[in-house]
Amino acid sequence: MKGMIGKKVGMTQIFDEQGNVVPVTVIEAGPCYVTQVLSDDRDGYKAVQLGFGETKPARLTKGQLGHLQRNNLPALKYLREFRVKGDDAVDVEEGAEIKVDVFAAGELVDVIGTSKGRGFAGTIKRHNFSRGPKTHGQSDRERSPGSIGMCASPGRTYKGKRMGGRMGNDRVTIQNLEVAVIDVEKNLLAVKGSIPGANGGIVIIRPARKSQQH
Amino acid sequence: MRKASLVNELIQSLQASIPDRTPVEVGDTVRVYVRIIEGTRERVQPFQGVVIRARKGANNANFTVRRIATHGVGVERTFLVNSPRLEKVDILRRAKVRRAQLYYLRDRRGKSARLKERRRR
Repeated sequence: MKGMIGKKVGMTQIFDEQGNVVPVTVIEAGPCYVTQVLSDDRDGYKAVQLGFGETKPARLTKGQLGHLQRNNLPALKYLREFRVKGDDAVDVEEGAEIKVDVFAAGELVDVIGTSKGRGFAGTIKRHNFSRGPKTHGQSDRERSPGSIGMCASPGRTYKGKRMGGRMGNDRVTIQNLEVAVIDVEKNLLAVKGSIPGANGGIVIIRPARKSQQH
Repeated sequence: MRKASLVNELIQSLQASIPDRTPVEVGDTVRVYVRIIEGTRERVQPFQGVVIRARKGANNANFTVRRIATHGVGVERTFLVNSPRLEKVDILRRAKVRRAQLYYLRDRRGKSARLKERRRR
């Protein structure tokens, strides 16, 4: 099991050995604590539950506090589960602390976050439709979706037809991001490229699922 | 606030190796030595001119140098302050300026494009 919960700090740029500028996103990752180890026998599946984000004990319910106090952990705001694949052994113990050094620079990771909410968005923003002509006698056509179906046959609009609607605020995974820098002392991690969500958003970092590296 | 401080901390820890340069100011006449990689060979090319703009910002701090090339053609080049591709930056002259950006120099040439040298206090 390898993974972390973190908070998106923001973007900046760094220089690589050749002097090229590399855009990176800084994540305040950890320290995370193993709050629970779920097993096949007791829970029906294998997973590790991690906690992140120390907070005042008064901010949590007694049930949450009791769950954490079983392993003498501080009050943690965010708990997330990381599945352990079929036969893999669980290599962590409850109560253990996990720091950014589980990852190494150059490694590929997936980052999961919640994208920024866009509210009710039209088809151009939401589905990359083209806009209509601005001139040549057109009126009210600039951002309209166009035809949404045929006439009396079938006499209805197909299900799943792409239209305007709520956009964003979704769980989004960005795959195969390269870890650019880790700073164990300050619990900081920087990945190459951008990650979903606003600054301050909670993200999950895990080894890249589809990478050839492992 | 929080973003800026954490990002700056990370960058500072990364760049302990980069030497502190005298900060370049707007109006300075500078000679910038740029490392250029040609295939496998590396050489240093100077670029001399007036700093017409300087921007702050953690690792994104940059400045633009304007010089008049042959046939009176103005050439502007922007450099990142912390870039390892900058060998060194020599400040040849500091001028008294009353603006943050000297874009007006673009419309001038010859005598009217001069800057008054700053007196040492």
